[in-house]
Amino acid sequence: MAEPQRARPKPTPETQHFWDGTKAGELRLQRCDACAHVYFPPRPFCPSCASRRVSVFKASGKGFLYSYVINHRPAAPGFTPPYAIAVVELAEGPRMMSNIIDCPQTPEALELDMKLEVAFEALDDKITLPVFRPAKG
Amino acid sequence: MRRNQVAVVGAAETTELGVIPTMSQLQLHADAALNAIADAGLKLSDIDGFATAVETPQQVCHYLGIRPTWVDGTSVGGCSFMLHVRHAAAAIEAGLCKTVLITHAESGKSMIGKAPRSIPADSLQGQFEAPYGVYGPPSMFPIPVLRFMKTYGITHEQLAAVAVVQREWAAKNPRAMMKDPITVADVLNSRMIAYPFRLLQCCLVTDGGGALILTSADRARDFPRKPVYIMGTGESVETPMVSQMETFNSSRAFKTAGPLAFKEAGIAHKDVDHLMIYDAFAHLPLFGLGDLGFMPHEETGKFIADGNTRPGGKLPLNTNGGGLSYMHSGMYGMYALQESVRQMRGIAPAQVPNAKISVCHGVGGMFAASGTIVFTNER
Repeated sequence: MAEPQRARPKPTPETQHFWDGTKAGELRLQRCDACAHVYFPPRPFCPSCASRRVSVFKASGKGFLYSYVINHRPAAPGFTPPYAIAVVELAEGPRMMSNIIDCPQTPEALELDMKLEVAFEALDDKITLPVFRPAKG
Repeated sequence: MRRNQVAVVGAAETTELGVIPTMSQLQLHADAALNAIADAGLKLSDIDGFATAVETPQQVCHYLGIRPTWVDGTSVGGCSFMLHVRHAAAAIEAGLCKTVLITHAESGKSMIGKAPRSIPADSLQGQFEAPYGVYGPPSMFPIPVLRFMKTYGITHEQLAAVAVVQREWAAKNPRAMMKDPITVADVLNSRMIAYPFRLLQCCLVTDGGGALILTSADRARDFPRKPVYIMGTGESVETPMVSQMETFNSSRAFKTAGPLAFKEAGIAHKDVDHLMIYDAFAHLPLFGLGDLGFMPHEETGKFIADGNTRPGGKLPLNTNGGGLSYMHSGMYGMYALQESVRQMRGIAPAQVPNAKISVCHGVGGMFAASGTIVFTNER
């Protein structure tokens, strides 16, 4: 029997640019051309001022650890507990859920406000997930 | 909405609570509805307005044989029933219907006739949360807790005290699922579920249901039970994605719904005799006390740990034992409403003496939605 698989995102027309970005090694966000609001998750209009004039740009990939849990049970398919489910605040403002790699999954190692940088984890030839690791330096 | 124009005249839970392998979810709706109809001294044919969540109104109305002229299928999670009360009160005042039945039921433990919850892979949650290992509420609802603790200096012991105090209330309630006393050490030594929360800080998983019947305050005098008036109401939604809340230091939905209800009721916090704050997990009473304006968030942990919300305390909170110790079928809001009604009728197992105003605050999803109802037994 095949190993249970991690939940796989299925892009929509509004999110395709994001997933194209991660596959190309870029974390892409959107900025409103009218009011400069930066937002996530993707949509073809500004949730702050309703303008449809928005642009996709490459984010810095920098952020910090805003909050997390370390999940023990029940574990999601494809995950070995304990594993942290984190929310990262990006330097550009938006927050996103993610996992923290290259770091022990413990309260001691996972310090709130620690600096993080994006990394990319290919699930298959179609989907690459953005994850985060402690920032170097 | 004008205060005290609509009243609860029927209220009941399912005959059994806990593990009910003998009934489907739909029959649990009917069991609760029939108990509430009997409580109000009505016939099913008297019901002309109907509201429920998760199950559709048409499903439950057909099963019960109800022919409504007003329906509400608002389904925003566990506080849906607070929103139903608000909508029903407005509908009755507007003359759209006269007698509204609101039902909740969930075969949360036995899973009989209940569709499993699933997250579509092309939804925003499926794309931007599910791939990171979220798996049910215990892995999601506590995600804001560590930030909240750091911002306000809340301790693990204080968050453990929430479960301890609520067990004290549950011990007074024959229908509570968990009644044995526990200590802060017991909570902090219980099995880890999703750090920082352990088993005793997470809600129960049970089967059950409940139903309410509302009518105009003028008609309410003719019913067998003491009327419980709708004094104030509020509702809001924020986001279905916990990661996308505006801040983890409070809930925008709470901060919208709560003050709306207080304003409509025309009451101050000192007027509140009895309080219910939906406690799916141990942090919710802290968010609620802060966001509803009872005190600054940084004082909420100490307030509970110092015993202010326990039996005999100055602000009795979650007096049925709450989702942590009484029962939690998955959408607990109905049980919080039932306890507020019991307290206002003066028949609660752990009755707060002379309570005249009860605030009942609910959450839906993981801070996705909120509804607040202020009840009173004086018109």
